[in-house]
Amino acid sequence: MRHYSFPRSLAVLIFFSALLTSPQATAADSASLKTLTPEELLSILNAKSAKPPKPLLFHVGSHMFYVQAHIPGSEYIGQGNTPDGLQHLRQRVSNVSKKTFIVLYCGCCPWNHCPTVNPAYDALAQMGFTNVKVLYMANNFGADWVNKGYPIARGE
Amino acid sequence: MKRNVLIVIVVAGLLVFSWIALRRHSSGDQRAAGLRPAPDFSLTDLSGRLLRLSDYRGKIVILDFWATWCEPCKQEIPHFVELQNKYSAQGLQILGVSMDDSEPPVRQFQQQFKMNYPVAVGTPKLADQYGGVLGLPITFVIDRQGRIVSRHIGATNPSVFEAEIQRLF
Repeated sequence: MRHYSFPRSLAVLIFFSALLTSPQATAADSASLKTLTPEELLSILNAKSAKPPKPLLFHVGSHMFYVQAHIPGSEYIGQGNTPDGLQHLRQRVSNVSKKTFIVLYCGCCPWNHCPTVNPAYDALAQMGFTNVKVLYMANNFGADWVNKGYPIARGE
Repeated sequence: MKRNVLIVIVVAGLLVFSWIALRRHSSGDQRAAGLRPAPDFSLTDLSGRLLRLSDYRGKIVILDFWATWCEPCKQEIPHFVELQNKYSAQGLQILGVSMDDSEPPVRQFQQQFKMNYPVAVGTPKLADQYGGVLGLPITFVIDRQGRIVSRHIGATNPSVFEAEIQRLF
């Protein structure tokens, strides 16, 4: 029987563990994004008082998804991982105060696989926006918003 | 030496735990969707041919909703290509419905991944017919009578599909 050295065995185990658990480089990254939960957002949207202020709510995922269901009052921006989507995002906020509360969301995929929210968040950060948050959806918009019975709108 | 063995055991335990957690994440979302008829649809595939689900009655169909920008979908598709090769003679047909907003990236992806089954770009209406496609991938297994046997949400181990279709052969 062939025996492998301890460091080699450990390295192999760590490699496969990393393969199984690491998110994609472009995926949403909780450590670098300011997030809020669906429940926190819902609470803000339902609040009757002006505080905290209602955010600008931007959908930065696929239009195919937005048409099926989106958060009422949210605007379709375009996919945050495409040049067109980012350009539209920059245009949309070009005349907006840098202190404006903005919430980005997508929900196309499990959180650590979402390709759109990080680039959109980074684009706003680079423009100097200081109050941007991303809606944290662990699984997807269907599971984490629609199936919970939270309000949706449909169509363009 | 004993300490090293202990560390290896702990790391191996973590590895097994991660694997189980990953499997639960994919198969845990799986829900038997009941044996309701799979909604029929007609799309034009990337080759310009009519893609109509009812034309595949008598075959076992894996209907995969995916997108080019969806990383878990990318992981699954090579396995679907393999399954199509392996089981087409026994009556398996895989159908891909992309939820991309436009066709060009889908066409490029199809060529790059050598997808050997029909692929079409879907519509929100079709997604609605299937209960909403609000997270990817979502994959349906449909039996020879055109009934939905199962629905899988999230990346699913190919062995799960293989076991299911073998039960249906």
